[in-house]
Amino acid sequence: MSTLNKKSGDLGTWLMHIFLGVNAVIMLYPIIMMALSSFKTNQEIFSSPFSLPKSFSFDNFAIIWSQTNVPRYFINSTIVTGLSVLVLLVVGTMAAYALSRYKFKGNIMISLFFLSGLMLPLRLAIIPLFIQLKALGLVDNLLGLICIYTAMSLPATVFIMTGFLRSLPSELEDSARMDGASEFRIMVEIMVPLITPAMVIAGIYNAVPIWNDFFFPLIFIQSPEWKTLAQGLTAFFGEYSINYGVLYAGLTLAALPIMLVFIVQSRRFIAGMTAGAIK
Amino acid sequence: MATIELRDVTKDFGGVQVIHGANLSIEDNEFVVFVGPSGCGKSTLLRLLSGLEELSAGEIYIDGERIDHLPPARRGLAMVFQSYALYPHMTVYQNMSYALKVARKSKQEIEEKVRAAAEILQLTELLDRKPKALSGGQRQRVAIGRAIVRDPSVFLFDEPLSNLDAKLRVQMRIELTNLHKQLQSTMIYVTHDQVEAMTMADKIVVMRSGHIEQVGAPLDLFNKPVNKFVAGFIGSPAMNFFKGQIISADEGTYEAQLDNGTQFKFKAQAGRLTVQDSIDLGVRPEDLQPGNTGAGTLMGKATAVERLGAQTYAYLSSPINENMIIHYAGDLDIQSGEEIEVSFNLDSCHLFGPDEQRIEFEG
Repeated sequence: MSTLNKKSGDLGTWLMHIFLGVNAVIMLYPIIMMALSSFKTNQEIFSSPFSLPKSFSFDNFAIIWSQTNVPRYFINSTIVTGLSVLVLLVVGTMAAYALSRYKFKGNIMISLFFLSGLMLPLRLAIIPLFIQLKALGLVDNLLGLICIYTAMSLPATVFIMTGFLRSLPSELEDSARMDGASEFRIMVEIMVPLITPAMVIAGIYNAVPIWNDFFFPLIFIQSPEWKTLAQGLTAFFGEYSINYGVLYAGLTLAALPIMLVFIVQSRRFIAGMTAGAIK
Repeated sequence: MATIELRDVTKDFGGVQVIHGANLSIEDNEFVVFVGPSGCGKSTLLRLLSGLEELSAGEIYIDGERIDHLPPARRGLAMVFQSYALYPHMTVYQNMSYALKVARKSKQEIEEKVRAAAEILQLTELLDRKPKALSGGQRQRVAIGRAIVRDPSVFLFDEPLSNLDAKLRVQMRIELTNLHKQLQSTMIYVTHDQVEAMTMADKIVVMRSGHIEQVGAPLDLFNKPVNKFVAGFIGSPAMNFFKGQIISADEGTYEAQLDNGTQFKFKAQAGRLTVQDSIDLGVRPEDLQPGNTGAGTLMGKATAVERLGAQTYAYLSSPINENMIIHYAGDLDIQSGEEIEVSFNLDSCHLFGPDEQRIEFEG
């Protein structure tokens, strides 16, 4: 029956495809507009906002590269996002591993503690956080941002990873134990390779908001040399004039890495999203 | 090449005792099968032996040396799991060599051992494949290969064939028996399938709810089950039981009456039974004959008949036993719904007293 319903000529299927197609257009349109506008001059954007650019000139990008601080911001964002996600995955996986694979007193308490982090937005605690970071000498410092992002994203990471780790059969662990592997070795060589899809999910899920974050850099970073991309791009909103062409070029550059990561990892991402459900 | 000795091995999980003081000795080079219904503690006993679970009390010796405090890898055992537990991200070669790699053996030694094991199990062609590209039987062989390369003194198998289809299971059963001959090592095998137990074992350990009920050679268990449980568990189809009562007891000569009125006399140890003791008479399906030819007779209505040509199984319903099975070697022309008479001879029967323990006939 179900195969009959899913015949390609079926009305339901058509409606579904139309719906998905419209949805895709709505999602992609602003991104395409942004990318196209980055090739236009300011005048062109206002005279013919919806048309294709007259020529694909890289002038705006050249301006970004040579006359602005964007390359520097780009590097800062890369460092902050990269290190945050790295620390996050290492620490988060280890925490999730302990919580999901071992029985010990306080296991549930610690799990709930992590879960509570999902419910409390860190922004609520911005003042104490500022005082604390100041005391630690981490204000106006990329390390401070990395600490905040790691802590902020840990609950979700532990949550995602615990679910995946729980689904792995314990016989694998037993088998490795019989083979003489130490607990650490079992984790690193046997279990973690099996949850790389989960790590990709956790990585992307956390990298996107960290990369795009505007709030924490705004509060904690003052010096121009430590600004991140999202924060740095506001410099293009001048008091009297805005060069939209250059702004769009900057935004395009800012969106590019995450899009690339997503495209490259999307197969694993989807595999990971469904793996938990089937196995 | 190892003897194993279990002394008063006890295990409880959170206050619930699952193994109640198991005592067992296993000879060198023996093929021992732990068998019992699910939840009887046979797998737990195996895990205690392997070191994956810790003992609550008791001692385990291998070759006279106490090993129950050692971690799994240092007990000289290898285990094959029910789900094979192959590492999915490693090739067959890496799977088989993992234990040796952990033990820091030289590359050359690893290579030699893996090749040798692959040869024995006909896996040489498959060494570069990942487990997901293998069939069930091949995965099973890899799991065994992984055990072999470690050159263990004892092999532990935890229901290794239960994930295979029936045909493959028979084939692997034979392969495992041959492997045992070839490797000359002690093997312990857990299964709930009594056919596997009967065909493979040198010695069967029958377990029920954490107790070892009987230990012995397969045919000893079949011919002389020590209690009603073992009698009902070993043998396929299962033994038929008829309830009855002792109606007279005199110096070792007893007379009993089954619930359908059939009476019979027998001799047994004097004083073992008294009048009004309830008894169970066990008769194997193949010992029930159609027609009135034996000492005791029963009437039953056939509820189902399976005529296989060379043999016939008839399922009978009678007031004394609603699911009675008879096995007739040959073709028996009866129809379902037919009322038939079956009979048995006392020499081929098993008698169990009110405590469900075996009562030995005398004379």
